[in-house]
Amino acid sequence: MAKNNPKISPALAKNIRRNFVERLIEIALMLSGIVAILITFGIVFILVTESFPFFEAVSLKEFLTSTVWTPNFERKNYGILPLVSGTLTITGIALLVAVPLGTITAVYLSEFASHKIRETIKPVLELLVGVPTVVFGYFALLLVTPLLQKIYPDLPTFNMLGPGIVMGIMIVPYIASVAEDAMRAVPMAMREGAYAMGATRFQTAVSVVMPAATSGIVAAYILAVSRGIGETMIVAIAAGQQPNFTFNPVESAATITAYIVSVALGDLEHGGIGYQSIFAAGIVLFIMTLSLNILGQWTRKKFTERY
Amino acid sequence: MSKVTGHEDNLNAIRALIKKHKKNDRIFSYIGLFIIGSLAIALLILFLDLVIDGYPKINLEFFSNFPSRKPEGAGILSAWVGSALVLIVTFFVAVPMGVASGIYLEEYAKKGWFADLIEINVANLAGVPSIIYGLLALGLFVYEFGLGQSILTAGLTLSLLMLPIVIVSTREAIRAIPVHIREAAYAVGATKWQVTLHHVLQYAMGGVLTGIIIGMARAIGETAPVITIGALTFIAFLPPSPVTDVAPFFNFAWLEAGFTVLPIQMFNWISRPEHAFHINAAATGAVIIILTLLMNGIAIKLRYSIRKKIKW
Repeated sequence: MAKNNPKISPALAKNIRRNFVERLIEIALMLSGIVAILITFGIVFILVTESFPFFEAVSLKEFLTSTVWTPNFERKNYGILPLVSGTLTITGIALLVAVPLGTITAVYLSEFASHKIRETIKPVLELLVGVPTVVFGYFALLLVTPLLQKIYPDLPTFNMLGPGIVMGIMIVPYIASVAEDAMRAVPMAMREGAYAMGATRFQTAVSVVMPAATSGIVAAYILAVSRGIGETMIVAIAAGQQPNFTFNPVESAATITAYIVSVALGDLEHGGIGYQSIFAAGIVLFIMTLSLNILGQWTRKKFTERY
Repeated sequence: MSKVTGHEDNLNAIRALIKKHKKNDRIFSYIGLFIIGSLAIALLILFLDLVIDGYPKINLEFFSNFPSRKPEGAGILSAWVGSALVLIVTFFVAVPMGVASGIYLEEYAKKGWFADLIEINVANLAGVPSIIYGLLALGLFVYEFGLGQSILTAGLTLSLLMLPIVIVSTREAIRAIPVHIREAAYAVGATKWQVTLHHVLQYAMGGVLTGIIIGMARAIGETAPVITIGALTFIAFLPPSPVTDVAPFFNFAWLEAGFTVLPIQMFNWISRPEHAFHINAAATGAVIIILTLLMNGIAIKLRYSIRKKIKW
């Protein structure tokens, strides 16, 4: 009927207008959703295009295998390995601190703590995750390293041990909270089964809950590694800016992130090789953290599907 | 007789075993408490040390003086003003965009590869190191778009960091709302957008707010991306005021101004060898810590009170 009549009723016109507005809003919302995709593509695009000239000047072989990184010397040499070794050493120290402490905290909170204690400690953990890393850098350089120097007098002011330990303390709440979530997700029936067999809390935690939550706990470790690798301010402040191919924690060394900061603090010449080199370093950092994040999420997902 | 004693022995052995295992339980419980306690004490000592070191500096002058070569008279005026202006930009970019994405993913997007793609991207962006955002901003905002090393660039950069936090918290808040709230609104003839705006978003507000506060707290403390875009570490002037005394009473010239922020000022003072500057750094650190802990505390309190209050 309405089709034959050129004059549509006001109610119908209102309907059409309404549907049109609804559609516009949906499109606007979708565009906001797409921004997340655009940012990812933006990161990849910028990292690749800005470092492209760098890889024309420096061969990929030199970049990946040379153990000398001397962008400021007369004889410039760009081998990423010293930066990678610094990054891995500090992250390794951090994990040595954070994995045992974080796991025990998680087991305690999930299996042992009373409701009241858990409800008090959990918010505090969440609070600690929000502490800015520049503050942890201050602790590493001005409190922890001087303390370590009392025990080991030969320790230089800039070293990897101090920032590694502080980074570990920083990561503990993170591991604890992700691992605790994983263990709490284990069904109560499994614990009750263990208790019915006469197992104690500790036995239940170690031989029933933890194996069932393995992938969640491992995911917590993987995501913690990724955080450590990407951490910037603690290492930029306390580990030194000197690229140094070493795994010795009592030496000073620069990480990938610390190198980017040290270049950015100087005069950046847009298009210069120094400028391009931080994007090349950024690609390495991005690939390392992205693959760890994907691995971590995959592990965690595998775990949630099981129950 | 011997049978009975054997029985007794067995019983005693079992009792001893139970006792031993119970002891293990207690030991682990103490270890757990000890670790959490010593971590808490260690962090408390660190924070107290920061506050005690910085305390003599924290006065009105510290907030109203520019940084200076002389540590005694140096203050954080340009830093806190810079932080505040950058946060304004971050807020107005990240909040609408993050909430809109969250609404789209939960209420509008149909299950399929497209929604999955956005979801995967959001999850990955949350794990990208902040310094990578700094590199993105350096290449894209500073040079590609020609925005320079300005407050606008810094605000946009930090909003990229805040975006995943706002999206995730919006989604979680929306997901907790039962479907019958929506059905009731649809039943009286509301359109999808009306349902979303008038009902879903209203109930989700607390959760969304939590995410916004946590994101802003993170933006205050972020240092690496702001350094990477080339923010200056020594600024002895203020950007033009956003509010003027002639009509239309506001201007946007401040967006293009050079700036510094609180954590960069702190970083700058830590890097100096003189001890007097370290005291300034401690004072700045105390200001940052108190701000972020306060904001996070409010957010966490808000989340717990929502969890308790709402019973569908």
